[in-house]
Amino acid sequence: MEVLFHNVRELVALAEHENKLISEIMIEQEMLITERTREEIMKQMTRNLTVMEEAVERGLKGVHSVTGLTGGDAVLLQKYIATGKSLAGDLLLDAVSKAVATNEVNAAMGTICATPTAGSAGVVPGTLFAVKNKLKPTKEQMIRYLFTSGAFGFVVANNASISGAAGGCQAEVGSAAAMAAAAIVEMAGGTPQQSADAFSISLKNMLGLVCDPVAGLVEVPCVKRNAMGAANAIVAADMALAGVTSRIPTDEVIDAMYRIGRTMPSALRETGQGGLAATPTGRALEAKIFGGAVLQSE
Amino acid sequence: MKYTSVFDIIGPVMIGPSSSHTAGAARIGRVARDLFGRQPKWAKIHLYGSFAETYKGHGTDVAIIGGLLDYDTFDERIKTAFADAEKADLTFKFIPETAHTEHPNTARLVIGDDDAEMSMVGISIGGGSIEITELNGFPLRLSGGMPAILVVHDDRAGCIAAVANCLAGHNINIGHMEVSRKERGNMALMVIEVDQNIDTSILDEMSTLPNITKVTRIKN
Repeated sequence: MEVLFHNVRELVALAEHENKLISEIMIEQEMLITERTREEIMKQMTRNLTVMEEAVERGLKGVHSVTGLTGGDAVLLQKYIATGKSLAGDLLLDAVSKAVATNEVNAAMGTICATPTAGSAGVVPGTLFAVKNKLKPTKEQMIRYLFTSGAFGFVVANNASISGAAGGCQAEVGSAAAMAAAAIVEMAGGTPQQSADAFSISLKNMLGLVCDPVAGLVEVPCVKRNAMGAANAIVAADMALAGVTSRIPTDEVIDAMYRIGRTMPSALRETGQGGLAATPTGRALEAKIFGGAVLQSE
Repeated sequence: MKYTSVFDIIGPVMIGPSSSHTAGAARIGRVARDLFGRQPKWAKIHLYGSFAETYKGHGTDVAIIGGLLDYDTFDERIKTAFADAEKADLTFKFIPETAHTEHPNTARLVIGDDDAEMSMVGISIGGGSIEITELNGFPLRLSGGMPAILVVHDDRAGCIAAVANCLAGHNINIGHMEVSRKERGNMALMVIEVDQNIDTSILDEMSTLPNITKVTRIKN
């Protein structure tokens, strides 16, 4: 199949050479591969944006999962921001609360848009709807944010993995945070290379993150990992916009993530058998939820 | 490339909680139904790896049954799929397996009714994307993301050309094609990915060709 870019180096080179945004390269590639019009593609992404916005709004009103393990934290965070006492800053904490909101809706089996997965669905919209208040983007720029995220995610998915079962949480929330960091940079007016640097800085700090969900549920620690993924993305974007560069090229960081995932033991790849899932409290919660035995459906 | 569209990354729109274990599972169920050609009456679902360990918590079970009932990834009815299956006269059983499979999220669906039976293996590769790796014992690779035709035929000279001719006659372009067989001179399977959804009349025409046993399709 003919694609415009196979890795981040080609993506950035193409954007620089043609003086285009990374989001534009992604839109053009989508038109090329799917033979659909720009209007059709923009319409589909607009729908995804709407789903994300509705999930954030729903989560900010307060939702709880069936198990009761997660829910309500997005509301707590918004109340805390309103007191004006936030140490991290309002924008950062707003992103955190909106990432949490999305994943609380996901844990409650609500409707979300996977970015790149459901377990990591909070980071991209969480950062988008927080950064929006400062950068005041147009609707089109908000849609482009998703294409920029998607361009980087596309490379990760094809050259490494976006599956927690295959590569651990670094492949899910790690990828999501790095994708968001790159998109924030473009929205803030940074260069394609600065997007790539933000991506690298973010992912480098997610390397090795395991997937160890308690009782195998996308709740603990997934919701809070999305919170920190959002914070990581914003800080990485700020660092790149300040002119900090990554010593290791982006494609090599992605390759490192892939190789780390390959050597990660199965107990730490979404089996609910290691890490936090295997702690005494993790096991106790599992027994409480499932009665200690895996039930057979009939 | 495993992922071809930006919407494989930003998407799908889906019911939580897991893209691989819920949305991917629903897609595997739905492709199985598509290939079977109708809603089955019974289903035995073998789960491997991470699917076997965590299917309860992720709603993998309700999602696969939802898929067999033709529900899409964002269909709220996935949540009530078990009750809906009972009303639709579909009985099912989930069997968690301990055997090691190449991909951690693997499901083998054996489905059927009074007239036919089918076995299919699907893997959920991440972000809601899936691949079908086996159908009735034939190894294959099918994404389910593009419309496809599956043709079971006798392993004889001219079969592939006849099917390709039929498609050419209707001006349908073949995007990707694979042929596999279990043993020489026996049954074989053609998997043809095409650019557009195929009309039932073309499938009917294809099934009348010599040495063709069965023609099914996956819509997109």
